[in-house]
Amino acid sequence: MPDLVVSTLAQADFPEVMHAITLYHYLLVSAVMFCLGLIGFVTRRNLIIMFLCTELMFQAAGIALIAFGRFYLDYTGQVFVIFVLTVAAAEAALALALVVLLFRRKESLDGTAWAVLKG
Amino acid sequence: MLTDVMNSLPMLTLAAADGAKGSGPLIESWAAAPGWVLLIPLLPLLAAVLNVGCAIAGVKTKLPAVITIVSLAAAFVLTALAYLSFSGETRIVTGWSWFDLSWGDGPGQSMKADFGFYIDNLSLLWMLFVTGLATLIATYASEYMEHDVGQGYNRFFFAFALFVFSMSCLVLGDNLLMLYLGWEGVGLCSYLLIGYFYKKPEAVAAAKKAFIVNRIGDLGLAIGVFLTFVHFGTLEYAELFSSEQLAGYIDAVKAGNAGDVPLMAQLIPVFLMIGAFGKSAQFPLYVWLPDAMEGPTPVSALIHAATMVTAGVYLIARFYPVFLVSEWALPVVAWIGAFTAFLAATIGMAQFDIKRIMAYSTVSQLGYMFAGLALLSSTGGVFHVLTHAFFKALLFLCCGAVMHGFAGQLDLRKLSGLWSQPGWRVVSVGMLIGCINLAGVPFTAGYFSKDMILAEAFVTQGPGYGLIGWLLLLTAGMTAYYTFRVFFRVFVGPVRYEPGDDDHGSSDHDHEHDQSDAHGHDGHAHTDHAQHPFHPHPPRLAINGVLATLSVLAVLAAGLYFVTPENKGWVGSMLKDSTAAQVYFDGESDHPTRAGLFLIDGDAHHRDHAHADDHADHGEHAAHGSFLGFDPHKVMYYVSAIVGAIGIGFAAWAHGPRGAVSGFLGDRTEAATSRMDAVARSFGPIPKWAEHKWYVDEFYHFLFRAPLWVLSHIFHAIDKLLVDGLVNLIGYVPRAFGRLAQPGQSGVLHGYALSMAGGVAVILLVVMMVAG
Repeated sequence: MPDLVVSTLAQADFPEVMHAITLYHYLLVSAVMFCLGLIGFVTRRNLIIMFLCTELMFQAAGIALIAFGRFYLDYTGQVFVIFVLTVAAAEAALALALVVLLFRRKESLDGTAWAVLKG
Repeated sequence: MLTDVMNSLPMLTLAAADGAKGSGPLIESWAAAPGWVLLIPLLPLLAAVLNVGCAIAGVKTKLPAVITIVSLAAAFVLTALAYLSFSGETRIVTGWSWFDLSWGDGPGQSMKADFGFYIDNLSLLWMLFVTGLATLIATYASEYMEHDVGQGYNRFFFAFALFVFSMSCLVLGDNLLMLYLGWEGVGLCSYLLIGYFYKKPEAVAAAKKAFIVNRIGDLGLAIGVFLTFVHFGTLEYAELFSSEQLAGYIDAVKAGNAGDVPLMAQLIPVFLMIGAFGKSAQFPLYVWLPDAMEGPTPVSALIHAATMVTAGVYLIARFYPVFLVSEWALPVVAWIGAFTAFLAATIGMAQFDIKRIMAYSTVSQLGYMFAGLALLSSTGGVFHVLTHAFFKALLFLCCGAVMHGFAGQLDLRKLSGLWSQPGWRVVSVGMLIGCINLAGVPFTAGYFSKDMILAEAFVTQGPGYGLIGWLLLLTAGMTAYYTFRVFFRVFVGPVRYEPGDDDHGSSDHDHEHDQSDAHGHDGHAHTDHAQHPFHPHPPRLAINGVLATLSVLAVLAAGLYFVTPENKGWVGSMLKDSTAAQVYFDGESDHPTRAGLFLIDGDAHHRDHAHADDHADHGEHAAHGSFLGFDPHKVMYYVSAIVGAIGIGFAAWAHGPRGAVSGFLGDRTEAATSRMDAVARSFGPIPKWAEHKWYVDEFYHFLFRAPLWVLSHIFHAIDKLLVDGLVNLIGYVPRAFGRLAQPGQSGVLHGYALSMAGGVAVILLVVMMVAG
């Protein structure tokens, strides 16, 4: 099978226009997405937005994984991302439930309202 | 000669079955295999274990008393059998190996101490009265302690039985470690029993005091044991007393070269002596014994009068050869003993608590015993131990009966005329017998034993020994006075009493107390029992029976003086072949001089004591000590009788009553007053000082307790400031760092996220720089 994998995923089989897009570009997109997520998480105070920002960072990591998998002609990256997506879906359900609960406690979605662990 | 006796101390083992002089086949067969002697201490130990079982099971009957009495009686019977089957030769009965260490083949490179017994006349003599008196006093205690049935009763008899076990180990042990085991054991039991009423702060304080003061003495004993091992290389009596080393010292002393005995050997008795002074309540360590009277009276009678406090006398009697080779040991013992006898008698004269008077009397009489031993009259000293054990136990038990019956009243100013009260006759007669013994009325046991010591004080030559004789004689007169002061105050005179404030746990008296206090001081005769609510309850069968038995024994003890008169009585014949034998000084053969320390003239005098008439023929009595130009042995019978009579007469004049019983004596009509009060005033503050025990306790407080208190507070401050400060400083450093980092922990999610991102960024940067 390795031979088959190599032949089907070989760079040469891709259309010509795609050849200009290298691993570098994918990683750049991934990094930009991650930074946007991080900045959003740190700067925004709405719990739901903050949660969405974590999702953004999640997907940025996923893109990097897939890009590396493609670069090294290995499926593992893609398989891993499929798992991550599944877990992310479950985690999204839990996190939104938590947000609802937190909202009920304080009637507010402000993340800074929760500072009980202040030293 | 000592060496002869020492050669006749063979090590006999279980297998050696010869030499039984037994009077019948049973006795002979018993003597052949003396392993059963081990049962003498093991039976009380078994009783102690069973009493623990009773305590666990919560027995609410007199079962523990029955267990204890039966086991002690069995131990006494076995002791008596051991005495009857004793051949006169020292026997070693080995139970099991206890310590058997060796670290080389040379001499002194091994240590052996078995759980074994040294059966000789000295230990048998001691065991006879220890087990006998313990049985009697346990019987007495079964009634005396009955108000504690189901509460402390089990505990009391546990400690009681454990005490007899420890005392047996002390007396019978065949090595110094066994003695030490017993020594500490009796100290523990004494502590437990003094503190028996642990809810009373005085009892707890007294128990602590006894324990701590004994610690000082025990340190001396421990050092003595160490030195014995270091110097003689053995702890076993049989080896020690037959060692050539010791025999060599004795020969050197006999030859007048006391200086040849090495310093170490001379120090051993000094340290052993400190142990003896602690346990036997001698100056300066006597202060614990009077306070020990906080314990129940049977305990005072058995432990603090008859048996445990004589352990020091036993120690010196057992180590007599070791004491004899030291230049200073015996003179020091003599002086301490005589001084203690005098000091305690002065205090006893001024006390009002009858139990305390008896306690000081015990201290005083123990001083006589030490003086007797040290004045080379070991027979007198040990005889006095024996007679004192009986009459002092009797006196204590009588005091206990009074205390029991009068709700804890012990003040002789508040009791009077017990003789005339119904139900108190046995106690009164017992008290009278005890008193005449203690006062040394002629032909009582106490008279003979005290005389032996007094006479010897004027015979034996030593540093200031003449003065010791006069001091002891004066003390004898004081003893007679304070003894009969108690008797005349409490037992003679008009019937009058006030109950004590202690209801003794008998609930039938509880409701009567409030009223009895109200009429307590009004002074009218309390003869009409129907009108006032307090009823003294006279002793019943167990107490009366024991008092009667002890009275008879105390009287009969005098007869021992006339058994085998050639040895100065039964005790002398018992001691003849033991380590306490007076073999040292044989006037016929040589005159041992100890560089002017003591010039002893003749064992011949000792032997002739009972036949004083022969003495006139003896050619050597010029060197003999004399009493105002007379032979002390002859004249002391009359002198001490006269001194005793003066003491009793003075007590009768000063404290005697005027009433129906004896109208001719004195003018005391109230229990609280006496002629003595007027006389005492003429002595200025001295009676007051004596009543306050010469402020010795306060002096010790000032000398030891107060500096220690200050020192402990200084140490406390150092501990608090320096040690605690250092530890706190070490704890403070991480806390300070924590404080620095504390603001970073805002509790807000964004801050954590930012710091995490920053951390990751820094790590990445480092990785890139390193990789790049």
